[in-house]
Amino acid sequence: MNKRLVYLTPLIVAIGLGFILFTAIGKDPTKLETARLNDPIPDFSLAGLQDPGKTFTQSDLKGKVRLLNVWATWCPSCRAEHGFLGRLASEGIDIVGLNYKDERDTAMQWLNDLGNPYSFNIYDPRGKLGFDLGVYGAPETYIIDSSGVVRYRHVGELNDRVWRDSVGPVLDSVITAERSPK
Amino acid sequence: MKCMNRALSVVTLFLCAAVFSGSLSADIDVYEFQTEEQRQQYRGLIRELRCPKCQNQDIADSNAPIAKDMRREVHRMIQSGRNHEEIVDFMVERFGEFVSYRPKVMPETYLLWYGPWVLVVIGLLSIVAVARARKARRGNGQDKVKVSDADHQQVETLLKRYGDSPVDKASEEAQVAEDKSGLIAGQTNDKGESR
Repeated sequence: MNKRLVYLTPLIVAIGLGFILFTAIGKDPTKLETARLNDPIPDFSLAGLQDPGKTFTQSDLKGKVRLLNVWATWCPSCRAEHGFLGRLASEGIDIVGLNYKDERDTAMQWLNDLGNPYSFNIYDPRGKLGFDLGVYGAPETYIIDSSGVVRYRHVGELNDRVWRDSVGPVLDSVITAERSPK
Repeated sequence: MKCMNRALSVVTLFLCAAVFSGSLSADIDVYEFQTEEQRQQYRGLIRELRCPKCQNQDIADSNAPIAKDMRREVHRMIQSGRNHEEIVDFMVERFGEFVSYRPKVMPETYLLWYGPWVLVVIGLLSIVAVARARKARRGNGQDKVKVSDADHQQVETLLKRYGDSPVDKASEEAQVAEDKSGLIAGQTNDKGESR
């Protein structure tokens, strides 16, 4: 009896390890938890990209459910997702841009050339708001609810598949939750 | 010619070593500190904070833009007199528990903190168990050599037949007997040693 248990131990350990490793299959280790999830957008005070005279603060991100898209002209994936953002905007989704560690001139040029899907752009050349949000690589897209709370974050390019699988449904659920009377 | 090649490859190796050892630490930004303590604090922190972008490097080691930003923040916070824990908490607040190479003790990290100790205890227990089992087995072996009834009987008959036999037996028979007893002695000896 005791001996059988000893012989079975490696098998049990192997099954246990196999189970642990199996649950990790398909998980992307580069996707981190969102530390700011369900926290309000951190306080900030930054100029606009197209309108340098205007100052935006966290209260400008309240009032309705919207996407906050972190982008930069040096970021290839941002170029790749730009067309998709345009489509979202044309479907009536409000997207605010956070121009992250970029230069104003090249960023303005980009918007002129590729189109502007953003309702407004916050200019963050030092990456200050980005840092406070926990941005670790552009592009990132946040879902912000009407009280300015982060409800979701997607790291990486937005496209049809990502939208269908994760971001779209979350946005829908946030919108419906706000519409339904409490 | 061959010798030349070898010399050349050695030189190349040395050059590579020189180049790579230089790039081992990406922490090339120059930060000034008022005190040696602050410098030590900075050293410790950039070794303990993990780069969110290049996941298996600390921020001292990484030249990703985000690691650079984090180093700058660490420096700024040290200058403004924040302590180790405050700075780590500041980073965790933004980038999650992931950024600390020394995560907090909480239910999610129990396995991480206590798992190795559990394994050590299991290992020690199994060593004790195996040693005990082995000792018990060896003790039995010393006390009595197991001899099957059939063997015992054979020994008895052989002893009866030849043990007290007079020397004046036929020489051929004595030879056979010697061979046989030699064989049997060898067998038991083997068994005795293998125990």
